[in-house]
Amino acid sequence: MALTYTAISTYTVDSGGTASIDFTSIPSTYTDLVVKLSLRGSSGNNVLMSINSSTSNFSYRLLEGDGASAASYNNTTGRLNYILTTTANTFSNIEVYLPNYAGATNKSYSVDAVSEANATTAFADLTAGLWSNTSAITALGFTMAAGNFVQYSTATLYGIKNTV
Amino acid sequence: MPTKIIVDCSTGVTTEVELTAEEIAQREADAAAFAEIKAAEEAAAQAKAAAKASAEAKLVALGLTADEIAAL
Repeated sequence: MALTYTAISTYTVDSGGTASIDFTSIPSTYTDLVVKLSLRGSSGNNVLMSINSSTSNFSYRLLEGDGASAASYNNTTGRLNYILTTTANTFSNIEVYLPNYAGATNKSYSVDAVSEANATTAFADLTAGLWSNTSAITALGFTMAAGNFVQYSTATLYGIKNTV
Repeated sequence: MPTKIIVDCSTGVTTEVELTAEEIAQREADAAAFAEIKAAEEAAAQAKAAAKASAEAKLVALGLTADEIAAL
């Protein structure tokens, strides 16, 4: 990891599972934020992102390949990716990049996500998203639309500075 | 009751709390909203695919070859 990357916080889900992982009191001292998620659900479903505890004012355009066809669509939720549970003990990867998160403009973000599966269907998604709110980002939440994140799922929040 | 993990980045303290009724309702509403939009998109995609297949069948009936149809 480059010297400008700093791991702010990380969390690994324990045996009880959890429906949501929320990072709060995010310091404003970095230039950008990036979140790296390794997630598996108790059942297949969507992972949704909230910003400052809000699930409103999101919009995104998504490119998706599923192993058979490619698609592009838009939506107005904080959806990041669909987690598959087709293959046992296999986790999906999601990276969310949020530039200029502490600024006073609307917050754009990008998502690079794959739902790992040793099966015909697996998802690879690239998302360009916007949270139409000018508040500085101080909290990020990641929630299973239904069920829980299972044990060993991890979420790590990094702060990135544009200089060392 | 489902729980959430709160990671306080200023202190490093991690807390597990139960979701409130409002948070559960919001989660269900978000999931339902996404499912509704996704279903509409899939229906539209299926309708478009059906229309394309129908149009191609009509072109074949007019005597066009597969290569000619693909060239359109």
